[in-house]
Amino acid sequence: MKRIKEAFEKKPDGLLSIFVTAGFPNLNDTVEILKELEANGVEMVELGIPFSDPMADGPVIQEASGVAIENGMTLKLLFEQLKDIRKEVSIPILLMGYLNPVMQYGYEEFCKSCQEVGIDGAILPDLPLYEYKKEYKDLFESHGLANTFLITPETAPERIKELDSLTNGFLYLVSSSSTTGKKSGIDGTIDYLSRVKDMNLTSPSLIGFNIKDSESYKIACTYSNGAIIGTAFIKAIANSNNFKTSIKDFVSSIR
Amino acid sequence: MGYNVDENGYYGKFGGAYIPEMLYPNVEELRENYLKISQEPEFKKEFDDLLKNYVGRPSPLYLAKRLSAKYGAKIYLKREDLNHTGAHKINNTVGQILLANRLGKKRIIAETGAGQHGVATATVCALMGLECIIYMGAVDIERQQPNVKRMQLLGATVVAAESGSKTLKDATNEAIRDWINNPSDTYYIIGSVVGPHPYPDMVARFQSVISEEMKWQLEEHEGRDYPDRIIACVGGGSNAAGSFYHYLDNDKVELIAAEPAGLGLESGKTAATTAKGKPGVLHAAKTLLMQTEDGQVVEPYSLSAGLDYPGIGPMHAHLFESGRGSFKYVTDEEALTACFELSKLEGIIPALETAHALAVLNQLDLKKDEVIVINLSGRGDKDLETLIKYI
Repeated sequence: MKRIKEAFEKKPDGLLSIFVTAGFPNLNDTVEILKELEANGVEMVELGIPFSDPMADGPVIQEASGVAIENGMTLKLLFEQLKDIRKEVSIPILLMGYLNPVMQYGYEEFCKSCQEVGIDGAILPDLPLYEYKKEYKDLFESHGLANTFLITPETAPERIKELDSLTNGFLYLVSSSSTTGKKSGIDGTIDYLSRVKDMNLTSPSLIGFNIKDSESYKIACTYSNGAIIGTAFIKAIANSNNFKTSIKDFVSSIR
Repeated sequence: MGYNVDENGYYGKFGGAYIPEMLYPNVEELRENYLKISQEPEFKKEFDDLLKNYVGRPSPLYLAKRLSAKYGAKIYLKREDLNHTGAHKINNTVGQILLANRLGKKRIIAETGAGQHGVATATVCALMGLECIIYMGAVDIERQQPNVKRMQLLGATVVAAESGSKTLKDATNEAIRDWINNPSDTYYIIGSVVGPHPYPDMVARFQSVISEEMKWQLEEHEGRDYPDRIIACVGGGSNAAGSFYHYLDNDKVELIAAEPAGLGLESGKTAATTAKGKPGVLHAAKTLLMQTEDGQVVEPYSLSAGLDYPGIGPMHAHLFESGRGSFKYVTDEEALTACFELSKLEGIIPALETAHALAVLNQLDLKKDEVIVINLSGRGDKDLETLIKYI
């Protein structure tokens, strides 16, 4: 939680967060990818927990999720791989995924494991707000875990305000009403993004979904504290045999 | 303890709406309106009229004499197979298309496994002149060609789900993705008592016409409005939900759900969710789910494509856990035997799904005078290609 706050203090404009599926492209790549992302100046990382039925994702992240499961990635194994991550990586790391794998791992165990390895936050889009408030808010917070909520162009203003007051991480502004990586850019949703910007919310925010290049990254930075890139990054490393160069090339193509 | 849905959309600990924010406005719109709209007199009038004059309801409650003689009980068949399009599925799609009309939606999407719900959806879309897109697993498209052609003949576009295992659960994922990408003009007609609240309750209500009719039909036949047992097959569980609905709180009635054991409970090739599943979240509902220890959904197997689902409706998960429902497991082979038996004894070829309910008769300790209703959810014409191999 603390690392997320510090990241936004240090980089309130143009923060770049990268989403990558854990265990992709190969089972043991995750730690190396995290190190390279930090080395290339990326300020935050979201690690995707693979799930067999990722209903909010487009084909690229679905495929990555399937490959990771095929590779043998599990939440248990991921925590083992990340055991010493805080000796090497200091940028905030969030876990993002569908609820079922977390539920099977156990909510309390999940929070404990996150705290032990130094995970800063969680993004669980299909965890209902009322259930979070009733059952899990205290648990998450007592383990230093920031919960992050999604907002879409269809989210009503009162609900945006409620989500703003409940998050202790940031607000994840979904750029358009779509699955991940679906649309060609984000310029069609400027009205919505400026509407949210004008609400002067208390939490920091990042724009994600359909950010894929320096142009869309720049637009995102105009309307929020920065951007989250997933699909485009996964494409960039899918066939890489050298993360050092492919990650360096990718980050420098964005900014 | 109640067995029906509570105000928050839960059946005991199952149900709810585990949806990402992208779906929140759609589902919320439905939740706020489904009861209000479906209880309006005008809606009811139109619904009842279509069920009567278009679907052909009431469906007969037929006393199967030769089947009864063989098993030594009074066995009635609730003839949902005689409905227009050949199964109970149309009861729900008629209800939901009227709802979609009133919500001003112009584009209809649906998922389908064997193609029965797809055909029932394409049918009502043709009736209302609405655009219709059906998602169907690429594997199912291969093995259910006649239904694909029927949907196309009715004017629907059939889209192959190429993700995952390319069957019903993947078709459902694709339909949900479509809904996320088309949040304002599109209505999603779910075909079973699954998905986020209010779908399980809404579908159960539209299917509850089955047990509503059973009550007065039994009164006519037997002089009492309830049977001793009701048997229905369960994939997601919509025909079972409809035939149990008005008896949920009548403890004189045993509610029996027939689940597909596939090649056997221990074969690894099964779709018997209550035997092999544990609580989890799939397609936005908390329910019993066949999954790995790590929470990945396991691919189900049943010879019957309509029962080939890794979960079960939250109502049924609750009936199982509370002990209110009796769950029986029927293998492919037992279902086939029951299918052939009914064909020869009564001149009725049941769907392979329905045959699972019939096969349960062999597992019961029957008394001579007891009254049993089996919900004959669909006809077997669609299964001819499979059945031919076993004649």
